[in-house]
Amino acid sequence: MANNENPTLTIPVGAEDHAEGSEKAAVTLVEYGDYECPHCETAYKIVKKIQKEMGDDLRFVFRNFPLQQSHPHAENAAEAAEIAAADGKFWEMHDALFENQNALDDESLKSYAEEIGLDAEKFGEDLQGGKFEEKVQADFMSGVESGVNGTPSFFINGVRFNGSFDYENLLEALENAES
Amino acid sequence: MSEILKAGEKGPDFTLPCRAVEAAGDEEPTFSLKNMRGKNVVLAFYPADWSAVCGDQLALYNELLPMFAKQKAELFGISVDSEFSHEAFRESRGYKMTLLSDFEPKGEVSKKYGVYREKDGFSERALFVIDKDGVIRYSYVSPIDVNPGADQILKTLKEIQGEEKGEKENGK
Repeated sequence: MANNENPTLTIPVGAEDHAEGSEKAAVTLVEYGDYECPHCETAYKIVKKIQKEMGDDLRFVFRNFPLQQSHPHAENAAEAAEIAAADGKFWEMHDALFENQNALDDESLKSYAEEIGLDAEKFGEDLQGGKFEEKVQADFMSGVESGVNGTPSFFINGVRFNGSFDYENLLEALENAES
Repeated sequence: MSEILKAGEKGPDFTLPCRAVEAAGDEEPTFSLKNMRGKNVVLAFYPADWSAVCGDQLALYNELLPMFAKQKAELFGISVDSEFSHEAFRESRGYKMTLLSDFEPKGEVSKKYGVYREKDGFSERALFVIDKDGVIRYSYVSPIDVNPGADQILKTLKEIQGEEKGEKENGK
């Protein structure tokens, strides 16, 4: 049947992805998220806690899903993380964005770039030039085609997780996927 | 509950108000499915304005309107809310799609499509993709609290576009 309540990732986790944790981890959690979405900020803290709890058993991947119509800064924030990734600092920027969700204008993005040790001038140019716009949009489309239905959307070992993402619930689903 | 209409069936025609009347005495702006022949139509039935999941679902579709347009399709939201509720809801969320009011007689169009919840008095969370000839190509009722996303809508629209391309090539 074409109808699908548990859609799966159309693009499996690969080298292009930003991942924390071991490739050999028993469980891979993929989040499609938006840096300006308050629910994603909640999820950010929950995922951190779960990573601590599960340690090497979990690999966490973040893909961009900026809802630009609802969140005017989401696209540039996503691009900022990609610019940082080119210098191997994706997660530093990812964390800085969620820690400072209330200030995601371009000037603030630049200041976070400086804080994590990026060349602020080059960062500004890459942001203005939309260097990673295509990459962010490719993430977005891969999300839509995989059944992302809002932010955050989680996939556990490639299958969309439809439950609520509170700590206990998400942890339980991940631990179940492990066995 | 009656059965949801299935792919291959004709999408029943209907006319519904699509915008609030601006001044008393003005004629009510309406939408008719039959006027959409030649274009693909996505109907997204949802339970109610203002509730959390619907908001997310429509927020997603709001992002995707250009992608639907690329596939020669237009998406319409439908619920039993009045056009005044729709108007306030659209404005507050910045939604650009048209929302249709299945308000009077309440739920009539939802019933025609087999997606009305009698005991609740509102529509299922249901999707229909209707092609340019008015034939349903995809229909789906989602669990009421699960946002169905857009993957199957886009997949169906791409299939339709693929067929049309094939038809054109064969016609040459």
